[in-house]
Amino acid sequence: MTTAAPDHAPKYAQLSLPDRIGKAMPLLLVPLLVVFGFLSIGSPSSWLTLTVSGLAMGMMIFIMASGLTLVFGLMDVINFGHGAFISVGAYVGISVLLALENWTGVPSLLLNVAAVLAAVIAAMCVTGALGWGFERVIVRPVYGAHLKQILVTVGGLIVIEQMIHVLWGPDEIYLTRPEMLKGAVTFAGAAIEKYRLLAVVFGLALFVAMRLVLKRTKIGLIVRAGVQNGEMVEALGYRLRLVFIGVFIAGSALAGLGGVMWGLYQEVITAGMGEEMMILVFIVVIIGGLGSVEGAFIGALLVGLLQNYVAFLEPKLALISNIALMTAILMWRPQGMMPVVKAK
Amino acid sequence: MLTNLISGDRPRSLILTGLLLAILLGLALAPFLFPGVRSLETAARICIFIVLVASYDLLLGYSGIVSFAHTMFFGLGAYGVALASTHMGRGYDALIVGTVLGAVASALLALLIGLFSLRVRAIFFAMITLAVASAVAVLVSQLSGLTGGEDGLNYSIPRELTPAFKLGSLFGVSITGKLLNYYLVFFASLALFLLLLRIVNSPFGRVLQAIRENDFRAEAIGYRVVFYRTLATCLSAAVAALAGSLFAIWLRYVGPDTTLSFEIMLDILLMVVIGGMGTMYGAVIGATIFVLAQNYLQNLMGVASGATEGLPLVPQLLDPDRWLLWLGVLFILSVYFFPTGIVGRLRSED
Repeated sequence: MTTAAPDHAPKYAQLSLPDRIGKAMPLLLVPLLVVFGFLSIGSPSSWLTLTVSGLAMGMMIFIMASGLTLVFGLMDVINFGHGAFISVGAYVGISVLLALENWTGVPSLLLNVAAVLAAVIAAMCVTGALGWGFERVIVRPVYGAHLKQILVTVGGLIVIEQMIHVLWGPDEIYLTRPEMLKGAVTFAGAAIEKYRLLAVVFGLALFVAMRLVLKRTKIGLIVRAGVQNGEMVEALGYRLRLVFIGVFIAGSALAGLGGVMWGLYQEVITAGMGEEMMILVFIVVIIGGLGSVEGAFIGALLVGLLQNYVAFLEPKLALISNIALMTAILMWRPQGMMPVVKAK
Repeated sequence: MLTNLISGDRPRSLILTGLLLAILLGLALAPFLFPGVRSLETAARICIFIVLVASYDLLLGYSGIVSFAHTMFFGLGAYGVALASTHMGRGYDALIVGTVLGAVASALLALLIGLFSLRVRAIFFAMITLAVASAVAVLVSQLSGLTGGEDGLNYSIPRELTPAFKLGSLFGVSITGKLLNYYLVFFASLALFLLLLRIVNSPFGRVLQAIRENDFRAEAIGYRVVFYRTLATCLSAAVAALAGSLFAIWLRYVGPDTTLSFEIMLDILLMVVIGGMGTMYGAVIGATIFVLAQNYLQNLMGVASGATEGLPLVPQLLDPDRWLLWLGVLFILSVYFFPTGIVGRLRSED
């Protein structure tokens, strides 16, 4: 008996279990790392403290990294000047907070939150505007040429950083958090700083919001389509350049927000902080897969958690733990954990 | 003979030839033409930076790869000499062992980084080198037991290379060990530069340029792009380490600020871009102009800052500490409007 189907007739079959685990592996890495941390640290209370601070750090890094990875995915633009927005955001935000001292110094939740909000909004507006200018002046003329992009954006980073020195003076600025954000809550024997909890909640909310925008709105659809195949989106009549500028501004504003949060976390800001954070942001973006927001999120959590665990277990190793993590992940997946598949 | 020595890579411009000859003569006779400690320091710095910048140009200009780890390799070479001299005692054997180990370590590290990042995307390389270089810089300043931390290391080199060694005087210039040390730096730099010139004008150098212009096509013709890129990275790292060793022998001191800082990386980038990417002669011109400007212009900025005391903001902008600000501006402008650099300009005029 003969059938019309060829010998290699396609069959429907479920992926085998190892395949499915392999696909979900990046998602499993964070819980695995947390469990690993629990086993190697031993004491549950210090584990909880470290985990919360690791998550807080990861969330803040994610906020800074998300803009960079989207900008790269959308337009193939790698912005080494992204770190400058972090510094500028921190300086603007902290200046606002210092100016509103009579709001932050009193133990009133409402006034404290209002002051922080004012700082955040000011920082985001300034860095957003700066991002717009940066795109016009620095990035646009070298669009399409990677080598020049890297050189010119590094130049931009230096100039902005030095302008911070000119405007705010060369010394670092120390600050104290608003009254209600100081101190810690005790939970199951572990002291958890209030601010870190807030950072975790805030970062998570931002990630969910960003995902909703990207997955459920039309603009998000255009952005995602643009990342996958920009030419096609343009052929369908959308002006991808405008979308790109929007994403660039949003990414810069987020970097500014991250800068304010990081400044409040460290309680000291320097003009070089953006450059330092940039290293972590790059590691996160690389291990996440260039262009992928989810990848950056997972990468940021991994970096934050690992850094805190290792700093507790073996302080000397903390310096190179991130590089080791990056090396390991690149050995496993050379394109990063969740590389964006380009339809080309 | 002469053409052979420069590997058939002529300057191809009258003004450029004149400039190069002037620089060569100036450096060769520096102790006699410009006597004084400060000018000798400047001349040695120029020699070393010419090699460093030329080795960077092998990457940036000839292969089209951006690396931010060049100071790391430079520092490895310098720390190699410093550590060997500290632990083996003063002597030529320590200098040689330190130099060789530094160069080998640099090449191996470059190979490792290259294998990880160049395999996938050349753009990864820029980001990964930045991350690794900053981690190494932090590591060096933290491991103070080994590297002396932020203070760096002081060590002694053979007496024949120090100012304490006196031989008499020639044309009114006293011949000391410092002078011998300078000529060691000068001739070693010259040899390294000619070696680099040989490399970029060899078939290997041509393949690198082909890859820079169109890597897809080079791969299609049958050249293994990853192999060539990685080899270029290793070569450039090794030469940078040798330049670092020379620097360490000259200064008798290494520290994170003088060898590993990001600021030096920026200086190198600027020298390559000002001189002209993709030609070794650009490195000579760029390094010479830049080091001279750095040494003498910063004073000028101080004067200008003092003169504009009363104005708002202007004194802060002209403060010598804001040197980097103007470098950044100059850097952006030269990438936009001057992408072929001085050498490219001079060549296109003839």
